[in-house]
Amino acid sequence: MENKPKISREEVLHVARLARVGLSEEDVAKFTRQLSNILENFTALEQVDTGGVPPTSQSIPLVNVMKPDEVRPSLIPDEVLTNAPCREGDFFRIRAVLEE
Amino acid sequence: MVNEYLTIHEARALLDKKEISSVELTQHILKRIEALEPRVKSFVTVMPEVALEQAKAADAAIAAGNIAPLTGIPMAIKDVICTKGIKTTCSSKMLANYVPPYDATVMQKLYAVGAVLVGKANMDEFAMGSSTENSTFFITHNPWDLTRVPGGSSGGSAAAVACGEAVFSLGSDTGGSIRQPAGFTSLVGMKPTYGRVSRYGLVAFASSLDQIGPLTLDVTDCALVMNVISGWDNCDSTSVSIPVPDYTRCFTSDLKGLRIGIPKEYFVKGMQPGVESAMKVAIARLEELGASVDWKVSLPHTSYALAVYYIIAPSEASANLARYDGVKYGYSYPDTDNMWEAMEKTRQFGFGAEVKRRIMLGTYALSAGYYDAYYLKAQKVRTLIRREFDEAFGKYDVLVTPTSPTVPFKIGEKTDNPLEMYLSDVCTLPINIAGVPAISIPAGFDNNLPIGMQIIGKPFAEETILRTAYAYEQATDWHKRRPGI
Repeated sequence: MENKPKISREEVLHVARLARVGLSEEDVAKFTRQLSNILENFTALEQVDTGGVPPTSQSIPLVNVMKPDEVRPSLIPDEVLTNAPCREGDFFRIRAVLEE
Repeated sequence: MVNEYLTIHEARALLDKKEISSVELTQHILKRIEALEPRVKSFVTVMPEVALEQAKAADAAIAAGNIAPLTGIPMAIKDVICTKGIKTTCSSKMLANYVPPYDATVMQKLYAVGAVLVGKANMDEFAMGSSTENSTFFITHNPWDLTRVPGGSSGGSAAAVACGEAVFSLGSDTGGSIRQPAGFTSLVGMKPTYGRVSRYGLVAFASSLDQIGPLTLDVTDCALVMNVISGWDNCDSTSVSIPVPDYTRCFTSDLKGLRIGIPKEYFVKGMQPGVESAMKVAIARLEELGASVDWKVSLPHTSYALAVYYIIAPSEASANLARYDGVKYGYSYPDTDNMWEAMEKTRQFGFGAEVKRRIMLGTYALSAGYYDAYYLKAQKVRTLIRREFDEAFGKYDVLVTPTSPTVPFKIGEKTDNPLEMYLSDVCTLPINIAGVPAISIPAGFDNNLPIGMQIIGKPFAEETILRTAYAYEQATDWHKRRPGI
């Protein structure tokens, strides 16, 4: 294939950063090749005339389902927090967001 | 002693006549699991004590005359459906130790009628895959040929029922993940209309495409499970309030007056000759049953469905899977004090290759500069695909196609080529894009490998699909064959 890859190494690194997915060197090379190959196959969509066609985001005729604003019991905090990787009291403990 | 294989209605008859108890039936299933799991590997988790407790409660209910069709029947549940107090892993390292604090709506409904949970079934990680080879734990083997895949992503749910490790199971279907494994293991598998079954407690993959549905040994069982799991749910704002009929009441022995369309685009290049000839024989049988068959239906945008799907599903997945950040639950990378590094490493080591590939693909399709060309374009072509189905259903009651272009493939055959793996869902993806219901039923064999036939219906016309499937099933014996395992 003489074609330029659809997605460059730099773009793969940029997308990985947007998605907050760490990648090994090997992953970067593999995804550059595989994503290019997959995107190459999507170019067929360009041939479809979609002038005046509205997009479909879901397939059922429901719009803006509203519920009454009522107080209801929630999950039990202690049960929910048993899954927390790091817990302090009734809180999730996270790493520092702002550097000192 | 009970048969190795029992349908729900056969087990029901034995339970009602007091020939067996639910505890005995559950013990029988647990023994079968013990004997076959080393070779098949359907389950991520088996809970004998929990199952026997539930069976005991079901026996008490039966003794008290409190009997529903699923009371005391052992089931397997795909490990993507939340079960309170029981690990729900999505076959991912990310959720390997996750114990949900609540039950999915479908679980609440199944427990309410006394169904018995024997185990959580293996799957492709986060339901992304077509072979169950993407499970982070192990590969599930096809009971019909242990060197082949059971399909995916609901491969564990399919294998379990196909070898008698459960009487029925639930799977989830985003692009074929119930129907393709049902076809690969000679089961009945239904993807209901989008909105028919609540998705509350189904770990989200692609929210506009996901549906939960049953995998069963026959069409009657499919209808019995659909009767329980269908319906509007306050917890799922995309569930629909259309009343749920008794799906067992639509059955007829002939198909007089039924209009069937055969879309020619589904007889794709690369379809195996064995599949094509089995389909022709099966469709001729539908005609003999009284249906009118039009072989010249065309859905010209079908060839774009693969691209539309692999833009929309990964895009939605990239948003849905943003929640796995190592803070609230799931795997968390331990060896750093830096928040961003912790998040990136958590997702690097917590997700497998296919999940990362799809997150990358989806993030790319949604990113600035590419959104219009990929995501918006795909949504517009989605509209065209839906319109084609709408038009076809003006003329036909159901459309019939193969479920997959091939019989089950060998383990390892497609793992190095993601695109080729994606092609195995080419006949099932368009149905999720349109949001319509479809079923796969046993329709033949090629060298003892199962072939599935897909029947597609109008939105919320599951009854028409089940009627067609039932009449065909009564006229054939495919559903009575069992793997020699």
